[in-house]
Amino acid sequence: MSATVTDTPAADVSAIRTLTLGGALNAGLTDAMRHDDSVVLLGEDVGTLGGVFRVTAGLRDEFGPRRVVDTPLAEAGIVGTAIGMALRGYRPVCEIQFDGFVYPAFNQIVSQLAKLRARSGGHLKFPVVIRIPVGGGIGAVEHHSESNEAYFAHTAGLRVVSCSNPDDAYHMLRQAIECDDPVIFYEPKRRYWDKAEVTRQPSLPLSSAQVVREGDDCTLVSHGPTVATAIAASDAAAEDGYSVGVVDLRSISPLDVDTLRAQASRSGRMVVVHEAPTFFGLGAEVAAAVTEACFYELESPVLRVGSFNMPYPALKVEDEFLPDVDRVLDAVDRALAY
Amino acid sequence: MTTIDPLTAPAIAFPVEPAEEAPIVRLVEPDGSLTAAADDYELDVELARTLYQEMARARRLDTEALSLQRQGELSLWLESRGQEAAQIGSSVALRPTDTIFPSYREHGIGLSRGLPPEAILAQWRGVSHSGWADDHPAHMHITSLVLGTQTLHAVGYAAGIALDDTDEIVAVYFGDGAASEGEVNEALNWAAASSLPVLFVVQNNQWAISTPTSLQMGSPLHRRAAGFGIPSYHVDGNDALAVHLVTSLAAERVRAGNGPALVEARTYRLGGHSSSDDPKRYRNESDVAEWKERDPLVRLERLLRADGTPDDWFRGVDESLEELALEIRRSCRALTASDFDTLFDNVYSEPHPVMERERQEFRRLTGTEVAR
Repeated sequence: MSATVTDTPAADVSAIRTLTLGGALNAGLTDAMRHDDSVVLLGEDVGTLGGVFRVTAGLRDEFGPRRVVDTPLAEAGIVGTAIGMALRGYRPVCEIQFDGFVYPAFNQIVSQLAKLRARSGGHLKFPVVIRIPVGGGIGAVEHHSESNEAYFAHTAGLRVVSCSNPDDAYHMLRQAIECDDPVIFYEPKRRYWDKAEVTRQPSLPLSSAQVVREGDDCTLVSHGPTVATAIAASDAAAEDGYSVGVVDLRSISPLDVDTLRAQASRSGRMVVVHEAPTFFGLGAEVAAAVTEACFYELESPVLRVGSFNMPYPALKVEDEFLPDVDRVLDAVDRALAY
Repeated sequence: MTTIDPLTAPAIAFPVEPAEEAPIVRLVEPDGSLTAAADDYELDVELARTLYQEMARARRLDTEALSLQRQGELSLWLESRGQEAAQIGSSVALRPTDTIFPSYREHGIGLSRGLPPEAILAQWRGVSHSGWADDHPAHMHITSLVLGTQTLHAVGYAAGIALDDTDEIVAVYFGDGAASEGEVNEALNWAAASSLPVLFVVQNNQWAISTPTSLQMGSPLHRRAAGFGIPSYHVDGNDALAVHLVTSLAAERVRAGNGPALVEARTYRLGGHSSSDDPKRYRNESDVAEWKERDPLVRLERLLRADGTPDDWFRGVDESLEELALEIRRSCRALTASDFDTLFDNVYSEPHPVMERERQEFRRLTGTEVAR
């Protein structure tokens, strides 16, 4: 992996800045740590190295090794320790190095972090953020390209969010750190180097979807790395004279059903796009929720575009595995044909 | 491929051999006499009486709770008979402000630290998943049923203590079975690598439900600690005074900033794993009889009587146990589950649309929407 964000500027919330998505995350962490002494970072190689994607670059210099902790190579340990620190009043932000490495921590996330508040009768709170670089398309070896949001979205007690652009990366991370609930925070690793403006104020609450553009013929629903794919598909459809909207979910759990219903009612057709396999995935939940919410407004079934139901393949063939603009347009065509 | 004969291999290529079990620390023999090793040990009678009293309360709680389970008042009870010295001997050696992360069998520690019986019984009656909150002055985290998970929480809590620069320590309890879990080994390694104030207390009761320690591990636990860089104590877990002594030493060592320590208390679960268990299916009655001879409560009583503690004092303890038993039975029967509707409040700290939608659905289904 040669992933470097070298142009990370010092965080400055007083001005609108143009940042890479990775740089915006770095600025978000920096500002959160300046704002609140109880914020601590835990992860493999997050200190001296600044993380394998350099998202935490420079933080150890500013905040020291006690708040930016290079942990042993132990994912269950990272999350389990974060739980203990939260019990002590800290707000840990964990970095899981790659999506496929989160499973050793599954027990601590699903059985402990997610349940402890309910188990305690609502007495305890767990302001723990688990950052996970997610998804494929970067030519990585196996276990480095997975999309596992459905596992965590299926677990009550967790919030699951996914940013698609630098502005959301900054503000959603700040909001996630300030949230008193555990948040699984997905970072689209193939978009780490995308540049855009970061505004001074967040435009939406953490749990809200963003309507990127409204559509009259069909609406694409996506999150994280495939929002850009959806926007490209919408542009291509516009050239053919179709008005195709795009919704960036941002929050996977909870789902912003109100926004989905409004957009599905407007266009009558909805296509969900994500990198994860469609089988038992997020798209199925969106389809069910939208169908229940506005069945009579729909002109076609809600369709899903994702990857195939197989382990993530070797990098030379990942382009055939991942949904692209053509596959999204194919689904839009099928929706329009009803 | 060449085959190397270990007998003719060069002497420089010597392996690091695993070590045998270390000698066990014991102050009191099962007959109540002091061991030869306890020659210069000065018996603290007040301490011995305190330990006896707290252990007797733990024993009575266990006995009453098992009866309540048999009467259908509790759905399940995790038995602790025989482990009172390992539990009370260690917990009394801590400061009251040191935080304890229990597994699920340390009921007596909770009682000793001031948790009311109903707080301990609530989970086993099935009215809630925990009967107390972490901010209770008992300084005790709620139980962990997925084995070993609490060891990492203890490590994180200790990391918080280190950041706060206080002289508190954390004591985390687990058993010989849980020691096989990966997370326990991550916790031992992490605590050692980060030099955190954690005291690991292993109650080796020799059985993980039906699986004996011999199938559980290839090296004694106190030896395994050394492999992590953690000093350990191997103590007779049925000798409350010995457990108290080594835990005091270990705790002060941890408190002084020397990183974690481990106490392996070798004991025996005289009852079943739980009220649902049938230990006759996997262990010999003769083994159990042998361990009954080493009953920690009987041992301490013999010592105290030989030392001159009068009958009156024991009668006083017995009377207080009758009061405790009444309180246990009364408070258990009074425990009721909270209103289901309140459960929707407890999943998330902050407002959540799915919770609100499902709460409304629950109210619609139960016809309670108007009343609220």
